[in-house]
Amino acid sequence: MRYSIFSLAKNAWSGHKNWKPAWREPEPKSSYDVVIVGGGGHGLSTAYYLAKEHGITNVAVLEKSWLGSGNIGRNTTIIRSNYMLPGNEPFYEKSLQLWEGLEQDFNFNAMISQRGIMNLYHSDAQRDGFARRGNAMRIHGVDAELLDREQVREMVPFLDFDNARFPIQGALIQRRGGTVRHDAVAWGFARGADSRGVDIIQNCEVQGIKIENGKVLGVETSRGSIGCNKLALCAAGNSSEVAAMAGMKLPLESHVLQAFVSEGLKPYIPNVVTFGAGHFYVSQSNKGGLVFGGDLDGYNSYARRGNLPTVEHVIEAGVSMIPGLSRIKVLRSWGGIMDMSMDGTPIIDKTHIPNMYLNCGWCYGGFKATPASGWCYAYTIANDRPHEFNSLMRLDRFRTGYTVDEKGAGAQPNLH
Amino acid sequence: MRIKCPYCGERPNEEFTCLGDASLKRPTSNEPDTMDEWFDYVYIRDNLKGRMHEHWHHSGGCRSWLVVDRDTETHEIFGVTTARDYNAKGKV
Ligand SMILES: Cc1cc2nc3c(=O)[nH]c(=O)nc-3n(C[C@H](O)[C@H](O)[C@H](O)COP(=O)(O)OP(=O)(O)OC[C@H]3O[C@@H](n4cnc5c(N)ncnc54)[C@H](O)[C@@H]3O)c2cc1C
Ligand SMILES: [Zn+2]
Repeated sequence: MRYSIFSLAKNAWSGHKNWKPAWREPEPKSSYDVVIVGGGGHGLSTAYYLAKEHGITNVAVLEKSWLGSGNIGRNTTIIRSNYMLPGNEPFYEKSLQLWEGLEQDFNFNAMISQRGIMNLYHSDAQRDGFARRGNAMRIHGVDAELLDREQVREMVPFLDFDNARFPIQGALIQRRGGTVRHDAVAWGFARGADSRGVDIIQNCEVQGIKIENGKVLGVETSRGSIGCNKLALCAAGNSSEVAAMAGMKLPLESHVLQAFVSEGLKPYIPNVVTFGAGHFYVSQSNKGGLVFGGDLDGYNSYARRGNLPTVEHVIEAGVSMIPGLSRIKVLRSWGGIMDMSMDGTPIIDKTHIPNMYLNCGWCYGGFKATPASGWCYAYTIANDRPHEFNSLMRLDRFRTGYTVDEKGAGAQPNLH
Repeated sequence: MRIKCPYCGERPNEEFTCLGDASLKRPTSNEPDTMDEWFDYVYIRDNLKGRMHEHWHHSGGCRSWLVVDRDTETHEIFGVTTARDYNAKGKV
């Protein structure tokens, strides 16, 4: 069924009791053309675009837990394409363009809100750095504007402009950036893939990968063995564990990133504001809660919860940027496991096994990439070669020296 | 998470900086045919889920380099020793 004003009206008449589930709960078949490991945002969007763009519908998405239990349901929902390097910017801009048409495309309300993202700067050097980034974006045809202090004040007057350590000089703004309802992205892609024939199989953990004569035959799962012609790994924070089942070691470390939400407030913060110098960023959800976060805890973790020093640090940074925050109560905090790559850039590529593919290394920025990641990964799987947009997101770039080091921080996953 | 520094006693983790996997061995040769070893050392990680040995620096304390035996799933710490002793004994 298509969701529309008419289906809404019709179901309202029957007290909303007759809505059908948005996707089926099928038993796994004995084999598929493509098996995708991981039902996060990227696995689901890969399945969706495989079906929609390439007509490959004999596909299963295997998710070890429930759909949306991973980072797709834990992130702070920011989308943007304010990158600088050639390997990144066309990809993230493709993603932003897919976001712009996504709700019509998959017929689901994902509350995409292009409220703008503002990165504050506090010194001449930082302004020059942002001007350079903004110019690089504009060369790629992407919107970027450098705001001065008064222009920032007009939009967000409640910041501490005269902070002694980080006085605000201005900001780089991308007005097309914004926020999205993250769970709805998982649900929308799941529904869109399911309705085209993809089997979404929850509570199905991949525990082994069967390889014979250098080719993948299938996977062993908690719900039995499942054969496949092609295997697509898409396990985000658990990528190293899954790749190890095929004897691969990856250039990744798994780290915990925390996020927070406050009690609901009246409209307060109109856009996304990032205070990079202090490790803090914030936006306001449609329900009114302030959604905010900071940096990694800084040690390897698979625990999906962090430690209190990071909580304190994030909140101190927040209060120093927005003094009014000190009066607001925090409702919840949580953590997610980030697949930190060694140059801060993801990997969407083939592997040394001819029918196995790899999608990982999203660091803390993979939500915004969800549509383009699935779109490019589906292309790579269907055509057995990367698309131009992911042509530099290669696994071998660390060996060949062609890293895509957006922040220039080098081979230290906790610096990105 | 509290780490028991052999010199300073049990201290909160914000006094420490984590460098990561302590099992990595820096290659000693610069010969071109050791590139693979360098590549593994710089970029490739076991990224263990469970117990692992890690380098931690007591940067906000005595500034010693330590090796911590820690579970990455639970954050439980099983033992701490100095990097010097770890290298001599090969264990925490
Ligand atoms: C606190 C936080 C804030 C963030 N904020 C932002 C943001 O503002 N903007 C942004 O762009 N990005 C953000 N991110 C990053 C973003 O959420 C991730 O990069 C992205 O969601 C990762 O891709 P995914 O959705 O496919 O991951 P996931 O949803 O984690 O999907 C991976 C799935 O694989 C499954 N899996 C793992 N192992 C197996 C197995 N063996 N068998 C079967 N299934 C398995 C997992 O259960 C999981 O569901 C944030 C992340 C966190 C944690
Ligand atoms: Zn000490």
